[in-house]
Amino acid sequence: MVPRFWRKIKYRYDVVGSYCENCGSYYYPKREICPRCRRRSKLRDEKFPDEGIILSYTVVNSRIIAMIGLNNGAKTLAEVCADKVEIGMKVKKAFRRYGEEGEAGIIYYGTKFVPI
Amino acid sequence: MKVAVVGVGCTEFGELWDKSFRSIFLEAGIEALNDCGIEGKEIGAIYVGNMSGGKFIDQEHIAALIADHAGLAEFGIPAVRVENADASGGSAFRQAFMAVASGMHDVVIAAGVEKVTDSVDPMGVLSTSIDQEWERFVGANLPALYAIIARLHMHKFGTTEEDLARIAVKNHKNAVHNPKAQFRKEIKVEDVLSSEFVAEPLKVLDCAPLSDGASAVILANENIARKLCDTPVFVEACTQASDYLALQCRKDLLTMRAVSKASRDAYRIAKIGPEQIDVAEVHDSFTIAELLAYEDLGFAKKGEGAKLIREGEVEIGGKIPVNPSGGLKACGHAVGATGIRQIVELVLQLRGEAGKRQVDAEKALALNVGGTGATAVVTILSR
Ligand SMILES: [Zn+2]
Repeated sequence: MVPRFWRKIKYRYDVVGSYCENCGSYYYPKREICPRCRRRSKLRDEKFPDEGIILSYTVVNSRIIAMIGLNNGAKTLAEVCADKVEIGMKVKKAFRRYGEEGEAGIIYYGTKFVPI
Repeated sequence: MKVAVVGVGCTEFGELWDKSFRSIFLEAGIEALNDCGIEGKEIGAIYVGNMSGGKFIDQEHIAALIADHAGLAEFGIPAVRVENADASGGSAFRQAFMAVASGMHDVVIAAGVEKVTDSVDPMGVLSTSIDQEWERFVGANLPALYAIIARLHMHKFGTTEEDLARIAVKNHKNAVHNPKAQFRKEIKVEDVLSSEFVAEPLKVLDCAPLSDGASAVILANENIARKLCDTPVFVEACTQASDYLALQCRKDLLTMRAVSKASRDAYRIAKIGPEQIDVAEVHDSFTIAELLAYEDLGFAKKGEGAKLIREGEVEIGGKIPVNPSGGLKACGHAVGATGIRQIVELVLQLRGEAGKRQVDAEKALALNVGGTGATAVVTILSR
């Protein structure tokens, strides 16, 4: 399980997504092919905006999980660290611990969001 | 080549502690064969919908196991398992339909089977249908994603928790008259609203249970079908569509694009519109999923799904009865068996054999959805 999550570290830690130079679309998570351009895709990694708004959210297992609309139009699902949130609330990214795996206790980090 | 359903069978859905995976499949299969009076050896191929034998009961190679246990390995009949999360059954039905429509086989069996309650974490297994790297990693599970959709629908269109509760109430009411249903007991709106949150705003009684169960149907080409039975039910269309797996990749969180595309294709092939459907079985894994189905199948305009439940149009006796079986919510959700179970119900409805839950119907539609909507299978049947 370790390599599986480590492979994506860069994209999780910094909210790095894809930008297609051929059609100008942004994608998160990163893609290897642009669904609009396919074989003509010209994708490059791009650091996405740190800020966005809460489009919708739920509370599950005592955590707030929200769909966040980033300022470039892409969406990302993430935990929001706050007591209470609402649709339309502005949030910014924060580097946080997500969980750990088994007895080896390997800790996974990723991007969470906090209210601005 | 026209294709008809000539035989149907289904086990009771629920916690079937005393029955094994292989025996429930056999029970449904034998009921379907008896229903049309054919012999196992006349079957050309077997298609089995099963989501996760590997995770639920540590058994893969499901299709071979089933052919073996049904005594059909004796004849060497080819069997294949079809997996599309909880749309596995509908997808197996579509593979079976294509096998007969193409002329490759004259008679085939499409079945679905799932043994869920032997597993220690069935909801965890069901949540393997969502994106593990980008959805599960951040703490979401299947109900959480539907909850996000539900909250946005409420925010944008004024749908309420009561509206969703009414869907569960309707489906429980219908299940009372279904001898195969898991919950044959009426509930009230207040029961739903006061049940515990699973993922806000969805509560326990907004969610379908996880059930054991198996279902089977026999498909045959038109010539054979007319010889085998007096009441063949014809498959007018069986379509499937895909959407992005992760919710965050979809442009519109409030439309299941795979559902709207598959249904548009099905209406075009069957040469009818949504207003001509007399009865539907739809994928209410969560109450919000049934509400979206009203809209994405064209029974209501986008944003107006709640009107159908408020005005009683989706009740038995209404304009478009939905889930007369009790749906996934009350009949039960035996994951891979669900898509075939929906076909069984509609065949009974079209034959006029649905007892106290009978709807007067000539054309029927089934919608089977995988996960949060990345797979949708739509089938239109007629008598
Ligand atoms: Zn592009």
